[in-house]
Amino acid sequence: MVNRNISRRTLLTGTAAAGALSLTGLPARADINWKKYSGTKLEVILAKGPRGDNLQKYIKEFTELSGIQVESEQIPEQQQRQKVVIELTSGRPSFDVVHLSYHVQKRQFEKGGWLADMTPYLKDPTLTPPDLVESDFSAAGLQYARNDKGQMLSLPWSVDYFILYYNKELFQKKGVELPKTLEEMAIAAEKLTDPKEGVYGFVGRGLRNANMAMWTNFYLNYGGEFLDAKGNILSDGPEAIEATKLYQRLLTKSAPPGVAGFNWMESMASFTQGRAAMWIDADGWAPPLEDPAASRVVGKVGYTRVPAGPKGQFSSTYGDGIGIAAASKNKEAAYLLCQWVASKGQGARLLQAGGGVPFRNSIVDDPEVAKGVKTKEWLQSVIDSAKISKLGLPVIIPVAEYRDTVGAALTATLSGADPATELKKAHEQFRPILERSEKA
Amino acid sequence: MSVITQTSPAAAQDAAPEKQWHRPSYWPFVVPALVVVLAIIIFPWLFTIWMSLNEWKVGVPTTFVGLANYLRLPSDPRFIEAVGHTLVYTGLSVLLPLLFGTFAAVVFHQKFAGRGFLRGVFIMPMMATPVAIGLVWTMMFHPQLGVLNYLLSLVGIPPQLWVFHPATVIPSLVLVETWQWTPLVMLIVLGGLAAIPTEPYESAQIDGASFWQVFRFITLPLIMPFLFIAGMIRMIDAVKSFDIIFAITQGGPGSASETINLYLYSVAFAYYDIGYGSAIAVIFFLLIVALAAVMLYFRQRMLWTETGSDA
Repeated sequence: MVNRNISRRTLLTGTAAAGALSLTGLPARADINWKKYSGTKLEVILAKGPRGDNLQKYIKEFTELSGIQVESEQIPEQQQRQKVVIELTSGRPSFDVVHLSYHVQKRQFEKGGWLADMTPYLKDPTLTPPDLVESDFSAAGLQYARNDKGQMLSLPWSVDYFILYYNKELFQKKGVELPKTLEEMAIAAEKLTDPKEGVYGFVGRGLRNANMAMWTNFYLNYGGEFLDAKGNILSDGPEAIEATKLYQRLLTKSAPPGVAGFNWMESMASFTQGRAAMWIDADGWAPPLEDPAASRVVGKVGYTRVPAGPKGQFSSTYGDGIGIAAASKNKEAAYLLCQWVASKGQGARLLQAGGGVPFRNSIVDDPEVAKGVKTKEWLQSVIDSAKISKLGLPVIIPVAEYRDTVGAALTATLSGADPATELKKAHEQFRPILERSEKA
Repeated sequence: MSVITQTSPAAAQDAAPEKQWHRPSYWPFVVPALVVVLAIIIFPWLFTIWMSLNEWKVGVPTTFVGLANYLRLPSDPRFIEAVGHTLVYTGLSVLLPLLFGTFAAVVFHQKFAGRGFLRGVFIMPMMATPVAIGLVWTMMFHPQLGVLNYLLSLVGIPPQLWVFHPATVIPSLVLVETWQWTPLVMLIVLGGLAAIPTEPYESAQIDGASFWQVFRFITLPLIMPFLFIAGMIRMIDAVKSFDIIFAITQGGPGSASETINLYLYSVAFAYYDIGYGSAIAVIFFLLIVALAAVMLYFRQRMLWTETGSDA
């Protein structure tokens, strides 16, 4: 209830500010014509998760505002990605508005020409409120949403930074300081590991494919870049080998047994049970960690940036957007919905619920919005991570193959394989795949 | 019907040359079945073969590439590994259920109190949904929180990694498969045991044969045809097993439990490489046909020696 009140107030403040702006700044500026597409029916396909929940929970407000009927469905991420691609390929998708994962689908969607260009709508004051401008989105968001020609093909919705979760109690017990660098982190993890107690210093994704999202934090901080100017993949170079050695060291010396099969869910289980002292993963897990019904570490969790590597400090960044199917017949109505989804009010609600971080700086930096966020330390870690944000995967078409192939190499190192050999083998396998898909 | 069958041969004999136009009249009755078979079996197959001859990627225009997709297969380490995993997985998950199923059938063939009830309990795993089974076993396999390691710890065995280590993942999956499908083998073999006449057993008893001799020289040869059927069903099921593996490991850790079927799924639905995926599907189909043919060949040969020795 508290959240709801505050976010409603934020919504009102936002609207008032927008109104004030239109009074003072640009007198010629028209208001949004919400009711213009009243009676239209829209279909929305969402990936299951807090973002979809946030949309569905408040969609009645949008319908009241615009008279547009919205039918939406949430499908588990993997299946949603498949379904969306198959429908878009058919040329007759059953949906008007689509929720996409930039880090997996950006290039694929651009190449397929599946999304409508939003640039003209963004410039149309009858469709877009004055506070929604491209420059309000973070750099990563714009990098994701714009194509090579600078067209906005979607609105950046929610960003995932990777952060370090740590168990303050376990740190205190062993008298270990919070590590500032990756090297310190590995040492701290070894100190914190106590197999007799069932406590391990570090936990994180070991599962093929999923593990790439964590490993890239190490890779970027060791100075790695994914592609050279010609688009060749570089992630088997010396930086990658060093990063993989760290990955291998952490997950074999200081992680719970069986970590090779862990995704975020299993990692979170270890962490919430108080059996892991550190965990690097996406920023969306504060609500379950602070939920007394699901967690034994409520109030003991620290949130901070991923520690620095020898060549810098970055937070691997991933993100979701919301776009309009190019084949949709209700593009303007669909755009009204998209901009409502990316609006300040909806973004504030998402942030306050801890379900995601909006790409819009005006939301994350707003002290009014921050008041409604329960875990302040978490919010600070997110704000800090935003400043060191860097895309966590190469922007290529065969992202899934990349994650599978290189991810399998990483998993193999957990049962003792040599990082350099495994990476080389995986890249030998992946290079022809990349070549085939980029030339086609 | 009876009227027609009685009169038509006579009519045909009476005036064969003039009435020949009657002959094709059964065609309309075949057409519906033919259409269905063509539409849902033959056409998809031809289409799969056609797709496998094209570079067919989602979102990109297709081009005909001949056998290029097939030529990629031998140099694709993941595919080669997947074939290996499939054969090991299939071999184990045919053999173990056959072994345990036969044993269970022999046990449940005896008369004892509560047999009906216990039989019912025994076949319960077969009735459960594979994905649900997968999820339950995933929890039991968990190295820290799973019940299996707890049970092992009670008898002093150190915790195992089960499906979380490349070396033990396939045996662990086979354990689940065996647990689920042993009852099926048992049911088939029980049917076989019920059909065996009692005379050979009586004469063996008079001759003083041991329990093992009775089993080896009377029971086993007589239930062999049933074992073959059970083996064939198990083989076809195991080779295309997907749900249990996908639910428990998704082919991991790494790709240590990735069978052809799982790889095929990734290629077609995660990488959207439809052409290459189709090529894998075609090869996979040929592999199943080949395995089935081998089984049938042995079955035929066995029948031959049986009748030969009898005669």
